[in-house]
Amino acid sequence: MIRLGKEGGMIEIRIHGRGGQGNVVAAYVLATAAIGQGLFAQAFPAFGAERRGAPVAAFVRIAETPIRRRCQVAQPAFVIIQDETLAALPDTLAGLESEGGVMINSQRDSRALSDTFGRATYTLPATRLSLEALGRPMPNTALLAAFLTLTELLPVAGLKDALAQRFRGEVLAHNLALVCQVADATPRGIWKELVHAASA
Amino acid sequence: MTPQTLHDLRMAQPRFQGLEAGHRACQGCGQALAARLTLEESGPDVVVANATGCLEVFTTAWPDSAWRVPWLHSLFANTGAVAAGMEAALKMQGRDIKVLAFAGDGGTFDIGFQALSGMLERGHNVLFICYDNEAYMNTGVQRSSSTPHAAATTTSPAGVARMGKRHLKKDILSIIAAHHIPYAATASVAYPADLRKKVRRGIEVEGPSFLQIHSPCPLGWGHGSELSIEVARLAVQSGMFPLIELEQGALVGAMPIRQIRPVADYLKLQGRFKHLFADDALAREELAHLQALADQNIEDYALKAETADPLDTEGVDTVRRGGLRST
Amino acid sequence: MRQALEGSQAIARAVALCRPQVVAAYPITPQTHIVEHIAKLVADDKFHCELVSVESEFSAASVVLGAACAGSRAYTASASQGILLMSEVLFNISGLRVPLVLTCANRAVSAPLSIWNDQQDSMAVRDAGWIQIYCADNQEAVDATIQAFRIAERCELPVMVCVDGFTLTHTLEPLELPDQELVDGFLPPYHFSRALDPLAPLSIGTLVAPEYFTEARHLHHAALLAAEKEIVAAARDWAAACGREQAPLVRVDGPADAKIGILTLGSVFGTLLDARDQFPGLPVKLMHLRCFRPFPVEALRAACAGLHDLIVLERAIAPGADGIVGAEMRSALADTDSPPRIHNFAAGLGGRDVPLAIYPRLLEAIKKPHPRMSAIDLRPELLPADSPVRQEAAP
Repeated sequence: MIRLGKEGGMIEIRIHGRGGQGNVVAAYVLATAAIGQGLFAQAFPAFGAERRGAPVAAFVRIAETPIRRRCQVAQPAFVIIQDETLAALPDTLAGLESEGGVMINSQRDSRALSDTFGRATYTLPATRLSLEALGRPMPNTALLAAFLTLTELLPVAGLKDALAQRFRGEVLAHNLALVCQVADATPRGIWKELVHAASA
Repeated sequence: MTPQTLHDLRMAQPRFQGLEAGHRACQGCGQALAARLTLEESGPDVVVANATGCLEVFTTAWPDSAWRVPWLHSLFANTGAVAAGMEAALKMQGRDIKVLAFAGDGGTFDIGFQALSGMLERGHNVLFICYDNEAYMNTGVQRSSSTPHAAATTTSPAGVARMGKRHLKKDILSIIAAHHIPYAATASVAYPADLRKKVRRGIEVEGPSFLQIHSPCPLGWGHGSELSIEVARLAVQSGMFPLIELEQGALVGAMPIRQIRPVADYLKLQGRFKHLFADDALAREELAHLQALADQNIEDYALKAETADPLDTEGVDTVRRGGLRST
Repeated sequence: MRQALEGSQAIARAVALCRPQVVAAYPITPQTHIVEHIAKLVADDKFHCELVSVESEFSAASVVLGAACAGSRAYTASASQGILLMSEVLFNISGLRVPLVLTCANRAVSAPLSIWNDQQDSMAVRDAGWIQIYCADNQEAVDATIQAFRIAERCELPVMVCVDGFTLTHTLEPLELPDQELVDGFLPPYHFSRALDPLAPLSIGTLVAPEYFTEARHLHHAALLAAEKEIVAAARDWAAACGREQAPLVRVDGPADAKIGILTLGSVFGTLLDARDQFPGLPVKLMHLRCFRPFPVEALRAACAGLHDLIVLERAIAPGADGIVGAEMRSALADTDSPPRIHNFAAGLGGRDVPLAIYPRLLEAIKKPHPRMSAIDLRPELLPADSPVRQEAAP
C-alpha cells in the first residue's frame, strides 16, 4: 500500500457518471476499502434529486489522518469517468491537478485521450467488461479495480472486502471475478508517482 | 405552408402541448405521460396547483419550466386547499378558467388527504388528479397508503420478518365516493383514449371531480422503462387496478376485462414483488392473497366481460353502464 | 467498532441501540435514509419496535407524543418542510414536558424550494422550547443521539439533534458505534413520571387560565436553563464510558490569546479547521456552538474572552432582521467588558458549497465596512441587472 506523501497528505478523487451507473456506490465502496485498511476516508455525492441518465458526481477523500473538511472536491488528483459522453462537459475535468490522472470508461486508446485531456489517462472498456461479467452495464467495479491497480493506492483485496460488505451471493461473486480479471490485465503501479505528487 | 404529406398534415393539426418536452422525468415515467395527456385534453385555459413530488420536481428546476399553463407549487399537504382558493378567486372574478390540482399518491391519500376532503366537501369546481405510482417516489420509494399489499419499498422492505407492506392499498375511491361528488374515476396510462375521455369529463363537470391515474414508476416498481405500458395494462387486465366511474358516489361504469390475466403475470414483471416468487410457504400465501384481492375487485365491479372476444383484447371502447350486479 | 458507515445509517443504528419502542416514519429528503435503515433493521428482525409509517410529519410528531405519554421511549426524524408542518406539535411536546428525541436533518425551507442543506428549519423552531444540539460531524451525531435520550428523560424535555442534511447524512466515513452493552449501561429503561396509567390517572394538556400560565411557562424556561447541567453531565459520562470526549456546550479550537474568533454551527466547522491550516496567518480561534438551546451564555462569554473581532457564520437568516445566532451573540456579549466587534455572515444557504476559501474571505471582509448581516458567498452577478440590491452588493 502506498504511503500518502508527507504527513497530512490527502488524495481527492472525483467520480463522474450518469444516474443509474452506480456512481455513488463507487464512491462509498472506494472509501469503505480505504477505511478497511485503517485509513481515513470520506465519500459523498454531489447531492441532488437523482434521476436515471442525469450527470452525477461523487467525491472521495483518502488520508492517513482524520478528514475534517466537508466541501466538494474542487481540485481532484484523479477523475474517474464512468460515462465518456461526460468528458466533453466542462465540469468533468474542472480543477484536475496538472499532475492528475483520468480513468475513463471508453473503448478508445489511452494515448489519444491523454493528448485530448492533457493529463495521464487510462481507458478501460468497462461497459463491455461489466456486460460480460455481470450481465448489466455497471462500469463502477471494473473502473475501481483498474484505478487501484494503477495507483496502488489500496490493495485490490481491500476493494473485494468492501464489495463483500455491500453485495451477496451471485452478484458479489460476479463482481469479485470482474475485479480479478481487470486487476490482472491492468499495468501495476504506473500511477504511483501521481499519487505521491498529489498528496505532497 | 401548404401540407405536402400526411406528416405535414399531422404537424399542422393543433395539439395543445401544455407540458413541454425536455423535462427531467426518468425514462418510462408513467406520471409524465399521464400529465402530458391530461394537458393535451385540458387545453390552455386552466391553472394548475401542483403538490410536492416527482412531477413538480422534474418539470420545474429553476430557471426552466416545462409548463405552458399557469402553475403553482402548492407544497405537500395543501394542494386541495390551494386549488380551492384559486377556484374561489376565479369565481369572484367571473373568469371561466378551470382549476386543476395535481398530486401524487402521498399528496392525495396521506398528507394531502385533509385538504382534498375539505375541497370536495365544499363543492369547489376543481378537477383533482392523483398520479398514482403507489409510493413516495421522489424521496426514494417509501411506502404510502396507496402502496399495494406485499409490495416492497424502503420503509416496507421484504426481509426475514416481513413480506413487504403489511397493509392493504387504501381504497381511496370509496372514500371519494362517500363525498358524493359529481364525478370520480380511475384511469391508466395504458388506456390513453379512456384517460383523455375521463379528463374531458372531469373538466366539463361543474363542481369537484377526481381522477386516480395509475402511473407506473420503472425505478420504484423495479421494471425496465420500456415495460411501463405493459405493466400498467396488466394491472388493469388482472383486476388489480379496476377502471371505473362514479357519479354522486354511485358506480356508473366499469371497463370490462375481456381476457382476465392472473395476478402473477402482473407481479412477476416488477422487482417490488420479487420476494413473492421465492420458494416458500409465506410467499405462496401472499401471492394467493393478492390473487384473491384481484378476484374480489372483478366481482365487486363486475369486470368480467360478457364475451371473450379474441379480436378485441384491449376492451378499450366499451364502457358498460349499469353499475353493480343486481343479484 | 470502527466501521465505514453513511451518516444516516450510523444514526439509525445509534437509535436502535437506545431501544425506542415506537418509531414514527415519514419520508422527507434528506432524513429518509435514517428511517429506511430502521425499517430494514425491523424487517430483518434485528430491532424490535413499532414502526409507524404515518401520513405526514404532523402525524409523526403526534405519534411519538402519544407513545411517550403512554410510557414508551419514542423517536422520529424530519427536516425542513416537515419540521414546520409539525411545529404546532413540537411546541405542544415541550410545553407538556414530554421526553423525546428527534433528528433534524437540516435542510432549507421553501420558498424558494430547496432540498439542500441549511439550518433555516431548526432555527425556525428555536423558540419551540426544545433542547437543540448541533453536530459538527457524524461521530458527534452518533454520540449526541445516544446522549439525547438520557438528557431528554432526565430533564423531561424533548431534544432535537441537528445534523446537516446531505453534508453529514449522506457522507460515508469511519465511525465508531458502541455496543449494546455499553449503551444499556449508559441509558436506563424509559421512565416518564407522568405516563398515562389507569392505576394513577392524570390529565395531561389541560386549559390553563391566566392565573396559572405564567408560572407554567416560567417552569419550562427554568427547566431549559437547568438542562445545561445535564447536557454537560451526559457528555462527561459518555466520555467515561466510551473514551470519546466532546465539548458539550461550545468547542474551542485555537490559541487562547487569539484576537479573532469564528463561531459556527454544524459541519462547516470541519472545513474551517482545515482552512485555517491551509491559510496560516493571524491566530484565529474557531468555535463550534454545539448546544444552541439552552443558549449557553456563560460558556460563550468565556470562549469569546479577549476577542477583538468575532465572526458569526450561520447557515440561516432572519429576513428583515439580523442573523439569528449573530443577534443572540450580540445580546450575550453586550454586557461584558470590551465585547468584540461582531461580524455576522451567512454562507451555504440552500446547500451552496462552502469551500476552504471562505476562511480568507471572511478575514478580508471584516477589514472593511459591511452590512450588519449578509451572505458572504453572495454572487452579485446573478442578481437582476437593474436591481438596486445588485449595486449595493457589488464590491
